[in-house]
Amino acid sequence: MKRSGLTVALIHMGLVLACAASLYPVLWVVKMALSPTQSLSLSVNPFPQEVTFDHFRDVLFSHDTQGRWLFGRQLLASLTVSALTTVVGLSLAVTAAYALSRFRFPGKDAGMQTLLVTQMFPATLMLVPLYSLLERLHLLDSWGGLVLVYSTSSLPFCVWMLKGYFDTIPRELEEAAVMDGATPWQVFVKVVLPLARPALAVTALFSFMQAWNEFILAATLINEAARFTLPVALQQYVGEWKTEWGHFAAGALIVSAPVMALFFALQKYLVGGLTAGAVKG
Amino acid sequence: MRWLWLIVLASCADDPTQRPLKLWHAYRGGEEQAIEASAKRFTEETGVPVEVLSVPFDAFSSKLTSAIPHGAGPDVFIFAHERLRQFHRLKVVAPSTARLARDKYLPSTVQALEVDGEFYGYPLSLKTLALFINTDLVKEAPTTTDEWLGQLEQTSNAAQTKFGLAYAAGDFYLHAPFVFGFGASLFDEKGRASFDTPGMAKSLAFVKSLQDRGFMPQEVSGALVKSLFNEGRAAMVISGPWFTGEIEPSVHYRIAPLPTVSETGLALTPFLGVEAAFVSSRSHRPDDAQKLAEYLSVGEASALRVNPGRQIPAELAAYERPEVASDPVISAFKEAGQRAVPMPNTLEMAKVWEPMKLALRGVLQGEVTPEAAGALAERRYVALNREQPSGRDRPDAASPIPYVIALGLALAGFAAWKWRRRGPARSFAQRYPEAARGLAYVAPAALGIAVLVIIPFSVGISLAFFHHEAGEYSFVGLANFVDILTSKGYRITEPLSFWFTLVVTIAWTFINVALHLGIGLFLAILLKDPLLKLRAVYRVLLIVPWAVPNYITALMWKGMFHRQFGAINGLLSLLGLEPISWFTQFSTSFSANVITNTWLGFPFMMVVSLGALQSIPQDLYEAAEVDGASKWTQFRRITLPLLKPALLPSVILGCVWTFNMFNIIYLVSGGEPGGATDILVSEAYRWAFQRNEQYGFAAAYSVLIFFVLLGWTRLTRRLSGPEAA
Repeated sequence: MKRSGLTVALIHMGLVLACAASLYPVLWVVKMALSPTQSLSLSVNPFPQEVTFDHFRDVLFSHDTQGRWLFGRQLLASLTVSALTTVVGLSLAVTAAYALSRFRFPGKDAGMQTLLVTQMFPATLMLVPLYSLLERLHLLDSWGGLVLVYSTSSLPFCVWMLKGYFDTIPRELEEAAVMDGATPWQVFVKVVLPLARPALAVTALFSFMQAWNEFILAATLINEAARFTLPVALQQYVGEWKTEWGHFAAGALIVSAPVMALFFALQKYLVGGLTAGAVKG
Repeated sequence: MRWLWLIVLASCADDPTQRPLKLWHAYRGGEEQAIEASAKRFTEETGVPVEVLSVPFDAFSSKLTSAIPHGAGPDVFIFAHERLRQFHRLKVVAPSTARLARDKYLPSTVQALEVDGEFYGYPLSLKTLALFINTDLVKEAPTTTDEWLGQLEQTSNAAQTKFGLAYAAGDFYLHAPFVFGFGASLFDEKGRASFDTPGMAKSLAFVKSLQDRGFMPQEVSGALVKSLFNEGRAAMVISGPWFTGEIEPSVHYRIAPLPTVSETGLALTPFLGVEAAFVSSRSHRPDDAQKLAEYLSVGEASALRVNPGRQIPAELAAYERPEVASDPVISAFKEAGQRAVPMPNTLEMAKVWEPMKLALRGVLQGEVTPEAAGALAERRYVALNREQPSGRDRPDAASPIPYVIALGLALAGFAAWKWRRRGPARSFAQRYPEAARGLAYVAPAALGIAVLVIIPFSVGISLAFFHHEAGEYSFVGLANFVDILTSKGYRITEPLSFWFTLVVTIAWTFINVALHLGIGLFLAILLKDPLLKLRAVYRVLLIVPWAVPNYITALMWKGMFHRQFGAINGLLSLLGLEPISWFTQFSTSFSANVITNTWLGFPFMMVVSLGALQSIPQDLYEAAEVDGASKWTQFRRITLPLLKPALLPSVILGCVWTFNMFNIIYLVSGGEPGGATDILVSEAYRWAFQRNEQYGFAAAYSVLIFFVLLGWTRLTRRLSGPEAA
């Protein structure tokens, strides 16, 4: 299929425009982060006139009164909580999704429906009951509590995604492995999981992102500044009477950077992982 | 005997009376340094360790009210006195009557901490409003409003965008001085809020005339006040002590009390806010906690509060220090504070804000006359507080027995129906040969979901049958649902009505998902060609919006839609168009939300569409080409039908997410104007956390949201046939 030069030029023009629209607001945040003022001094031009790294320095090297490197600890908190959420969430989701895809057992359909239905109740309003519950389980003010809440709340989405993908993997492969003497667990780990890699990558990315970005629960459940996750630390720059826009922008870029890096690293899986389940099924 | 020792040791290690005292606050910058330094001095002097926690302001109040009743909160916390009555009703504050040396503080700051004859907490600092005057532009501080209007006339010049005055006029806290100056009282003799009074109308008319005569700009935000004053384009500003930190050193200014209204002879009297150190009723070391709270309010701590905190101390002795007495800002605000009226710490006060904000903004934007605004506020007040015709401010309690019976009957009916529909009699093992393995694989996830999702979910649903006020729940049966569905107290077409919000929410969901899908699919088609140069680069750049956390996106776009400083209005004026005040009209405010949400949502649909497009076999197109089908026919006959099953699950999911997209609505438009752009989930949030914690009502809202979504997904599943989803 040959395209004319004009068509190609038009396609490029459309894409360049779309990229400009998607980057402009981000450039604007970069500008606020690099400008010397703390105010919302804004103009159409998204490039800074005067460049300073003060805001980044203030955010990166924030210390508390005991001389602890606050940002470092909060980064560690965010990484730990998000990584554990990904691992816990994914291992729960993978087994459940496989069972839902392959086995017949009582309550299966009801379970699938329940998963979807829980996504429909507004999450912010579960805060009050959730708090009492975690208090009773002695999971307040701990990363463990946060990890459990995050990984269970992202479970329904993960299970649906993975189940869709597992449905597309031909059963013949598993039957062949069984013929060769593999145990059911070996079949699952050595045959099915490697085939599901794109979906696993996407699901992992989603779990990680959800934990990495969450603010309200983290702010409510954690009681020590050094254990706050980064979004909570970032929110501290937004005050009652004034917002430190420079610090907020610098912090926003720092918080977004790892997620962007992950997106770029995993983007070859994104396209296949998200849709394959539905397409081939 | 050794084990006994171990137990003793272990119990010592966790002796709650030996744990450090916890002190929570929401300060930043100099104020935070001051409180940290004071706490440190306390530890040095008494040997009692203190853990200080700075909580983000947005989360502070919800964190306190969830933590303290569970005993997980701080020993001492710093909060403005206006929430005191609520803390008292929730039984989270301990009285300080025995210890509080009342004559040590400015009398009004002590008065603010009284509830029913007992005192709570220790006053730290006061906040109030005064007039900041640029002395290069205005020589004398005005004493009366007539004098003031003369000065405003001289210093305003709309053509040069110069104004006599700038202040955040849409904020009721800043309007209150005018209410009192025109002789209105906020509460009637029974203590109920009263809005529809002549004084109120006069105060609104006065402020409206300031705006209409060009003495002050429209739609003023804190950022605008700051820049106008610093550039010498606003001669005077009404603001509080926090504003001094925003003024450039090159600006010469003085601070004076607000003038007196010539017509009434009453001063424009601002509210006095007192920040106090409150002791938690659940403290493990109550004596030490009282000591710490008192320590923070006097002596060296007061000095630290002035520098570096730049706060106005409540302690009288602080003003005898030479560095405080000679500080013009501190003494000016002390004087302003003595003329101010302490904001009532009653529950009724908390109910005034939302109705007044509605009335005030309505008047300033010219949508309602000053005379009619009081009635508007009154109607909103009745609706928000669900005032019954009998005057009771809550629905009547109901007996739970009929409901329990109904629930039991429903369960029994369901069981009977299941029993009758049971399949042909086959053994369990025949029907489910792999049941054991299946259940084992599902068990961990099911357990997690049962505990952390289903339990809070069920509690949430049952809350919908209760009324919550100040920590007490009473069973009200279906009253919450009835009030919501009959839109009790307001017209169905008013923004507060469930039906109005439902229509807005549905429009919001469909417009967004359509735009996400349209733009995403369009870009995916452009990107489809594997030979396209720079394809990977485009793809990477186009998914950037997806990778930015959505609360950051929201705040960023909120800034871009700013009336005076936003890039969007900047672009419009580059194109020669009039700048738009985005959040004063429903259509523009709603569009601002949609634009933001479209920006952050199209990449997901683009990626999904890309995957779906790639899965369509290329030979179908080649065959169509051979048959002479046009590109459009190919798109309609091949692409769309084959895309449908792949896109449908994502569209359903996208709808559910957009329907409950709280962050964007809450942070971008904030429901402006007057709650019209709120969607169901943000409305539910307001009932739960901003309108006297009416959790039950909010839960009823959530249950309705749940049923709307459930019904809708059922419907799409039925319409799209069994193969989808």
